[in-house]
Amino acid sequence: MAGKLRVGWFTFTCCEDSSIILLELMNRHYFEWKEKIDFRYCKMLKSKNVFDGFDVAFIEGAVSNEREREKVLEIRAKSKYVVAIGSCACTGYPSAQRNDFSPEMKERIREFLKKWDLYENVQKLDQVIKVDDKVDGCPMFENIFIDRLNRYFREFGIEETKAGGAP
Amino acid sequence: MHSQSFDITIRNLSKIEGHTDLDVEVRDGKVTRARLQISENKRFFTAAAVGKPALAIHQIVSRICGTCSIAHLMCCINCVENALEVTPSDQTKRLRDLLLYGLNIRDHAMHLYLFCLPDIFGKDSVLEFADEGYEHDLVHKAFDVKSAGNDLCVLSGGRAVHSPFPQVGGFMKTPKKEDAARVAATLKKVRDAAREFVEIFATRDASFDTETTYIALRNDRASYLEGELYSSEGICVGRKNFRDYLKKRVVPYSQAPGFEYRENPYVVGALARLNLNRDTLHPRTRKDLAKYLGMFPSKNIFHNNLAQAIEIVHCIDSSVDILESAEFKDEPRTVVKPKRSEGVGVLEAPRGTLYYNLKIDDAGKVSFADLVIPTSQNQIKMDKDIGVLVQDRLDRGMGRESIPLEIERLIRAYDPCMSCATHFLKVNWKEAGRPRKGPFSGDTKKGRRLSGPNLCDQSS
Repeated sequence: MAGKLRVGWFTFTCCEDSSIILLELMNRHYFEWKEKIDFRYCKMLKSKNVFDGFDVAFIEGAVSNEREREKVLEIRAKSKYVVAIGSCACTGYPSAQRNDFSPEMKERIREFLKKWDLYENVQKLDQVIKVDDKVDGCPMFENIFIDRLNRYFREFGIEETKAGGAP
Repeated sequence: MHSQSFDITIRNLSKIEGHTDLDVEVRDGKVTRARLQISENKRFFTAAAVGKPALAIHQIVSRICGTCSIAHLMCCINCVENALEVTPSDQTKRLRDLLLYGLNIRDHAMHLYLFCLPDIFGKDSVLEFADEGYEHDLVHKAFDVKSAGNDLCVLSGGRAVHSPFPQVGGFMKTPKKEDAARVAATLKKVRDAAREFVEIFATRDASFDTETTYIALRNDRASYLEGELYSSEGICVGRKNFRDYLKKRVVPYSQAPGFEYRENPYVVGALARLNLNRDTLHPRTRKDLAKYLGMFPSKNIFHNNLAQAIEIVHCIDSSVDILESAEFKDEPRTVVKPKRSEGVGVLEAPRGTLYYNLKIDDAGKVSFADLVIPTSQNQIKMDKDIGVLVQDRLDRGMGRESIPLEIERLIRAYDPCMSCATHFLKVNWKEAGRPRKGPFSGDTKKGRRLSGPNLCDQSS
């Protein structure tokens, strides 16, 4: 696997729209990326995922309970770089919309928060761990993702991907 | 084998949409527990919808699910239009058809070709397919078909995820003639590949028969937007009355509730649609895929994947007809005045019937939202089937090491979407299971027998 970018792709509290965009980008880039990227962890694409260390971890989604926080901390510890993917990871929203509920509505959801051990407030990614880069957008902006990916290809001595977002 | 006692625990199942865990308990060769625990954290969209402008709410609920965003967006628009008595133009209806066809091509292609195909080839991932020869060509074709669906969504909706063009009353932008021709050509180019995948899923060695009721919209051209809801018993359930027949069931170990139809588990989705609508698919699809359509109606849940593969061809054929015959022109925007009202929206999302009920207040804000999601409707049946499947495989002498993959294949046959299933706020723990009166429970046009494609059509 030498010469490939070791990547992990993770999702937390979100609608996984940026994961869908990643799969749409693969319509054009799959065979090129297969040569350049070692998808160590990508639950969408494989069952036998490896959680042993990543050059870059892409994290989509906000953090809304302790289980997610612990996993995010683990990912940070095993990754040289962490990139926040999409609006929920970068800003918390729209997953964090319940942070702004009225006191009455917050009271109504309290039972659910307790039952499922959910945080009182949803957190964006950089409230939990250090984030090296962000790809904002709901879903993520394809061209910014390509730009960030190329940044890491350059960093690890791998030829840049061709320009162009999802077809 | 029958004296075996063991547990199977799978955390965060792969190659499905969203997050879910699975626990199976076997004692003395008998399955004593099978639980699919949807572990996607709730995001309370139905609560968040309250107080938002009815004319903009479709862009908010679109964020319930990245995969099915177009279905949520369009069902919400259909619901608001019904509430506010807005009648879309014929061109708007055709553009919406295109958007749903594009969604189904893209979404089915993703699920079948990227998530299920590795199961058929005995591989963990599409990433393990050979770099040359048949497998390599197949992956090329998979992305070509998926890309064509994406192109169709972009043409009609502006983007394949959270499409910006669809609005209450119409579209913000109309496709250009040359773009429509380009997309039609692309769709025609990938049709043979889509047919090849039908053959692969038709000859797949996977079977699990299950007795249940199937529910889907039925109309004379297998549109995902029009017609009435029917059950496989031939009962016209009706759009407005649909919710009256359903009971929400709390699934104590899952963040998503389940639903029962007339107090029994039931199934929605591509298999339900093919079981009810194979005679109304596009004529070219019916002609070219007659051999496979003869396999329906089917009780084999793995035929849900075959039905999805057939639907891709149907969507291609239907879209090409629209793109090659329609003269898209800029239309004046419909002026919509919000008022106190209530509406129901129903459509066929890729994974099955999607239902919206919204109330709008005097200020044009949403005051109530109730959604019924395909995966929630299938959840109870899927849960039961996991237990039955494991017992069946154990009785046939299958070793425990092979069971987890069998379960995963069954779940991928159902094609659940966990992001969609966990949007809820409104589960009343004390009243769970009590019959609910729907918003239009006084309506009487229900319960007719099915004998034609559109017999109990009601305004919706």
